[in-house]
Amino acid sequence: MRPRLPLAAEIALARAAARLSRLARTGGGTTLPGKLLTRIDPDALDRLAARLPLGSALVSATNGKTTTCSMVAEILSPRVRLAHNRSGANLVSGVASTLLAADGAQLGLFEVDEGALPDVARRVRPRAVCLGNLFRDQLDRYGELEHVAERWRASVRELPEGARLVLNGDDPQVGDLARERAGALVFGLDDPRHAQPGLQHAADSKWCLRCGTPYEYAAAYIGHLGDYRCPACGHGRPPLDSCARDIELAGLESVSFELVTPAGARRVRLPLPGLYNVYNAVAAASLAGVLGASLDEIVVGLERFSAAFGRFERIRIGDRQLLMLLVKNPAGANEAVRTLLAGGAPRLALIALNDEIADGRDVSWIWDVDFEPLLAELDGVVASGERAAELALRCKYAGFAEDAIEVEPDLARALDRGLARTSPGGELVCLPTYTAMLAVRQIVAQRGYARPYWEHAA
Amino acid sequence: MIAVRVGHLYPDYLNIYADRGNIAVLARRAAWRGLAVELEAIGVGDPLDPDAHDLLYVGGGQDREQALIAPDLAARGDALLAAAATGTPVLAVCGGYQLLGRFYRERSGQELPGAGVFPLHTVAGERRMIGDVLLECELEPGERRTLAGFENHAGRTRLDADATPLGRVVAGFGNDGESGYEGCRVGNALGTYLHGPLLPRNPWLADWLLARAVERRTGERPSFEPLADDLEREAHAVSARRARHRGGRF
Repeated sequence: MRPRLPLAAEIALARAAARLSRLARTGGGTTLPGKLLTRIDPDALDRLAARLPLGSALVSATNGKTTTCSMVAEILSPRVRLAHNRSGANLVSGVASTLLAADGAQLGLFEVDEGALPDVARRVRPRAVCLGNLFRDQLDRYGELEHVAERWRASVRELPEGARLVLNGDDPQVGDLARERAGALVFGLDDPRHAQPGLQHAADSKWCLRCGTPYEYAAAYIGHLGDYRCPACGHGRPPLDSCARDIELAGLESVSFELVTPAGARRVRLPLPGLYNVYNAVAAASLAGVLGASLDEIVVGLERFSAAFGRFERIRIGDRQLLMLLVKNPAGANEAVRTLLAGGAPRLALIALNDEIADGRDVSWIWDVDFEPLLAELDGVVASGERAAELALRCKYAGFAEDAIEVEPDLARALDRGLARTSPGGELVCLPTYTAMLAVRQIVAQRGYARPYWEHAA
Repeated sequence: MIAVRVGHLYPDYLNIYADRGNIAVLARRAAWRGLAVELEAIGVGDPLDPDAHDLLYVGGGQDREQALIAPDLAARGDALLAAAATGTPVLAVCGGYQLLGRFYRERSGQELPGAGVFPLHTVAGERRMIGDVLLECELEPGERRTLAGFENHAGRTRLDADATPLGRVVAGFGNDGESGYEGCRVGNALGTYLHGPLLPRNPWLADWLLARAVERRTGERPSFEPLADDLEREAHAVSARRARHRGGRF
């Protein structure tokens, strides 16, 4: 067995790697130091996490984990020093890197990749785990939804004694985990006025977990999230401990709702649009409450929140503005479309589809997105990214006029085209996949309009 | 106006790899040729008359969904065979392809029965075969074409000795990662692992299926005027390049 360095020496070495990574301009040092550290000492993460006096909390979901986690950070940060992987590096290496960079942190707050949850949970031994939703997403990387759900169930069973679960009861697969552990806090939405007329095409867990009969929905809010019940065996949504009621959507600007928690109910005005952000806010409020935040702190934190980067982010570019809505899977993209439409549809959209590992190499998911209502409002589409042509086909076979589709795989040129077609004072809507979003931010940063992504980690 | 009757089996269950993109391509390209499309969803327990459709489509699902419909699909073997025997074109993708074979054996050893349209069976393997794929096919003698798509399957599909594959693997895994072949063809019935979806970036195959559907309907095979397929060609080229650069292999 190799002699082990003292933890302090390992930390110093890995931190030097972070500085090197920034100097070499290869990135922000958000994953490299953690990778190096786990190479030197596979148990380093376990030991780093064990040093946190207030322990750790984990947040995972297909959609909304970055935003939910950032909301919790906004709520807790006035009172607690956090180690928070704000830049979205959410694998074991990212969590380790965050802990390395967070001297004097009291509480670890980590968003965790769905596939990495079992490994991170085993090492970090969290005191609370918040699980949001499971949608079809990057099947080439994660495999089938059921398998992710099975791994989550096994992981939940192995959590340390006393760890609290915070679960979205509106998702059948996630809500059912409440049976695995006493004292789970279940959240959801309770406002059928905002239900969809029917299940979306991209709805996934729509067959009863127990008997396979199609669920009946009293209300379906997003994909298969909602108030479901099996007509055959009765398996249904567990009772909600926290929820949002009386939701008022205010276009692209904000949403307000009554936040109902075990500690009482309060009206919240969230400065973010969309029903999906109500789910994120209720999840964040529930987790923050479990971590000891008062209802006052929760409301103040949520009302002060601004979007996590790339998620409904506005960047001023000269006399025009860029509005970026990250899209990465059908359920999330459907919500981006729904939110845009609620705010008054744009005339032009720049859509950018890459197929790197972080985007999903399999681009078939764009055909499961309900782009049609957005396309019906648009005069033009600029299709960009490595798979621009596939995206253009998606629009063409939706019945969109082929001559209104501009195909420009190069992101910088596509951005120029989009901006040129936006009038001064106007806003260009951009729907990028993950690596396209990072690339667009980099292009904009090089032109002096936005900060590089790792500065958000500071 | 000629109406092509398309039967889509289990669209609520088998739709994981954007199967509706394939249906959209069939419908649009038919419309551009002045054909009407009558699309019918065939669900669990619905009747299936072998004479009622000019084209049948079966997509792919996740394991759970496939297990939910497998008994119903297996019970339709005779109707599907009768339809195929009269020249009805069939396109079965991924899970649908597996379940039109004789059986699918899971890792646990449990077997899902198949409809028996294709002379093959599938056994789940340990590693999934995931990646871009490029095939070379010759559906008509002398007409060599390529198909570009994406595969993601744990099943190893073994064709009977006298069965005809859909194509030769240029890059990617194919049926089992070792035979060098992909898919299966019985007359006008085609089964394949390629999604992506398959038809938008391979429109020639959509036209091949539509021509046979019209022939099934009218007794005459039409010769379609070519369409402006520049975007389709570009998408095909990118996908083919992906397969050559990063297609799966063991």
